[in-house]
Amino acid sequence: MGEEMTEATGGIDFEDEDASGVIKKFMFVNRKAPYGTIYALEALEVVLISAAFDQDVSLAFLDDGVYQLVKGQHTKAIDVKNFSPTYRALEGYDIEKLYVEKESLEQRGLTEADLLVDVEVMSSADIAKMMAEQDVVISF
Amino acid sequence: MKFAIMVNEGVYQHQATDSAYQFAKAAIEKGHEVPRIFFYHDGVYNASRLTEPPADDRNIVSRWQKLAKEHNIDMVVCIAAAMRRGIKEENLAENFRISGLGQLVEAGIQADRLVVFGD
Repeated sequence: MGEEMTEATGGIDFEDEDASGVIKKFMFVNRKAPYGTIYALEALEVVLISAAFDQDVSLAFLDDGVYQLVKGQHTKAIDVKNFSPTYRALEGYDIEKLYVEKESLEQRGLTEADLLVDVEVMSSADIAKMMAEQDVVISF
Repeated sequence: MKFAIMVNEGVYQHQATDSAYQFAKAAIEKGHEVPRIFFYHDGVYNASRLTEPPADDRNIVSRWQKLAKEHNIDMVVCIAAAMRRGIKEENLAENFRISGLGQLVEAGIQADRLVVFGD
């Protein structure tokens, strides 16, 4: 190849663009139980980083993902860190849009009172509508 | 259109990495750009240069490397996810780089679409 090859570390078109000022709607969709797999914990790490980018961030909790927000998690017996207090800290990062799917709660015998943070409980249809309005949806 | 891609599953165990590769390749063939691919969760194993599949199987790691070299794709491995799983500079395959999650968010901001491959 005759062309000059930039290293992969050089970054491509992205580095030339000024991302400042662009505000996109990011939705992080949490679908899995908090323990058993690492998805929920690592999803939360992405959410926290996203706060530094001044984007319009929201979180949706559906399916077993609603268990991530359940009060009174005790993980000592499985020797895994209980990271549920971090959801309470999200407010301090200006992440305040937490949506929980009503059907997922009901199917699991849960109500809003079982959750450790203030959320907006929404129907599946309304969450779908909200998802359609996003610029970026990252699903965990 | 600019597509950023996120790969969330490991090699061979899961179809996600194959699908992500086929998607990236097809997008480029159609004239789109894939400026960045971000590897997260077990997806970081896509960047291990110690991978040695049987000779009659596809080589997922070198396939990524070839695509990245030919089309100047920035392949980024999440440092926190990588450290948990023992992927470090010393066993990182060429054409991948280790960096932070900010690179994923940045890709989401700058690309026209971010496509996630995983469970």
